[in-house]
Amino acid sequence: MKRPMTCIACPQGCFMEVETDGSRLIGVSGHKCSRGAAYARQEIEAPVRTLTTSVLTRGLELKMLPVRSSKPIPKEKLFAAMDAVKLITVTSPVKAGAVVAADFLGLGVDLVACRELGSGLDS
Amino acid sequence: MKERELVIVGGGPAGMAAALAARASGVGDVLLLERDQHLGGILNQCIHPGFGLHHFKAELTGPEYAGRFADLVGRDRGIEVSLRSFAVGLNREKELSYLRPGALEEVKARSVILATGCRERTREMIPIPGSRPAGVYPAGLAQKMVNLEGWLPGREAVIVGSGDIGLIMARRLALEGVKVKAVIELQKVSRGLVRNVVQCLEDFGIPLYLRHRVSLIHGRDRVEKVDVVKVDEEFRDVPGSGFSIPCDTVLVSVGLIPENELLEMAGAEIDREKNTPVAPSVNLTSIPGVFACGNACKVYDLVDWVTRDSELAGRLAAEYLGLGKPPPARDASE
Repeated sequence: MKRPMTCIACPQGCFMEVETDGSRLIGVSGHKCSRGAAYARQEIEAPVRTLTTSVLTRGLELKMLPVRSSKPIPKEKLFAAMDAVKLITVTSPVKAGAVVAADFLGLGVDLVACRELGSGLDS
Repeated sequence: MKERELVIVGGGPAGMAAALAARASGVGDVLLLERDQHLGGILNQCIHPGFGLHHFKAELTGPEYAGRFADLVGRDRGIEVSLRSFAVGLNREKELSYLRPGALEEVKARSVILATGCRERTREMIPIPGSRPAGVYPAGLAQKMVNLEGWLPGREAVIVGSGDIGLIMARRLALEGVKVKAVIELQKVSRGLVRNVVQCLEDFGIPLYLRHRVSLIHGRDRVEKVDVVKVDEEFRDVPGSGFSIPCDTVLVSVGLIPENELLEMAGAEIDREKNTPVAPSVNLTSIPGVFACGNACKVYDLVDWVTRDSELAGRLAAEYLGLGKPPPARDASE
C-alpha cells in the first residue's frame, strides 16, 4: 500500500511516498536526505514526538520553566506525559540540561530543563 | 555624553549574533541593550523544538538556542549587556537614549545596530467585523501567556491565520487540553511550514479551513462564537457556505511587522508597506553606520538565517568602524 507522507525532520518538509505492508515500511521515495527515510520508517512502525512544554516553578525568577523530553517519546503517550507534567513543581534553581524528572513515565527518557533559571531572590 | 564604539538595540538572536560577530571582527566596546530581564528575545517563549538545525546541526528549542548565544555573550568582556533597558530615542548623529530602572541614559555611538525584531499584526489590521469581547489575542501574546506565565487564554479556541505561530499555538493549546476547533486561512495554502501543518494540526486532528475567512466574531463580554465563510479565487464570499463555530477564544496569527520606530526617529528611509529599512542590501539603512538586522530588517522563517545575516551585520559595523575585512554584500531579496 502506497501513501503520501510529509517529512517533519526538518523545515524543508519533503513530500514523500511511502509503501507499507500495513505495519512495516517497504519503500520510500521523494526524500532529499537520509533523515527522510529514517523518519518514514519510525513514523510507520512506531511514531514518536519530542515533548516540549513548561512546568510550574515556585521561588524562581520566572513562573514557568521550559522543559523537553531528552529523546522523542511514543506519540500516543503525549497526553499522559502532559498530565504527569502538571504534577511537577520546580523549586530549586536549575542549569540548562538539568534533569527535572528522571525516567519520565518509565519511558526511558528524562524531562530536562531547556534554560537556566535562578532564584527569584536574585533579581 | 558617554561614547561607545557600537550600540546594539535588542538582545534576541539577531542582536546577540551581531554582537559576537562584531567582537570577532575587532570591535572592542559593545553595549547591548535588552528590554527584558533576560537575553534571548522572543526565543524565550518559543519552547518548541525546530531551531538550530542549520547553525548547530541539532534540533533545539528556542530557549536552548538563545541560551547558547547568551552564554557566549555573557563570557565576552567586550560586550556590556544592559538588561531592562528600553531604547526610546535615536538621531542621525547616533545619539541614543534608553530607559533602565531608575535612569534615563544617553550614549553617543559610533555605530548602531538595530535588532528590534517584530510586533504582531492584530485583529484590527485584517479586519474582522463583530463585537469587541474579551478572548481575542494575537497568537504570540497567547504563546507568552501559556509558556512564560502559565495561563490558558480559554477553553475552546479558533485560530485565524495559518502562519507558523498560529500552527505552533494550535498544538500548544491542544497539548494543554484546550479544544482547538479550527484554523482558518484565507489563502489556498498554509502560510506556515508544511512540517508544522503536519505535526501541529494533523497530529491532533485539528481541521485547517483553507480559502475561508472569519466573517464575524460574536460575544458581548466574552467571545461566544465565530462565523466562517468560504471565499472564491477573488476572495469573495461564496453564498450559502457560511457556518458558525462556538468558541470562547480567538487567536490571530496574521503576520509580523518589523519594528523600526527608532530608525524612523533618526530620519532613515522606511518602506511604508513592509515597515523595513530602504537599502540596497540586507542589514543596511539609509544612514551610514546605522544597521538593522534580524526580523527588524526583514521577516525571517528560520532563526538560523537570522543568526547568519546578523553576523554579517556585526561585521559590517566593524568595517564601518575601520576594523576587520569587508564582508561580501548579500542581496536583500535572498
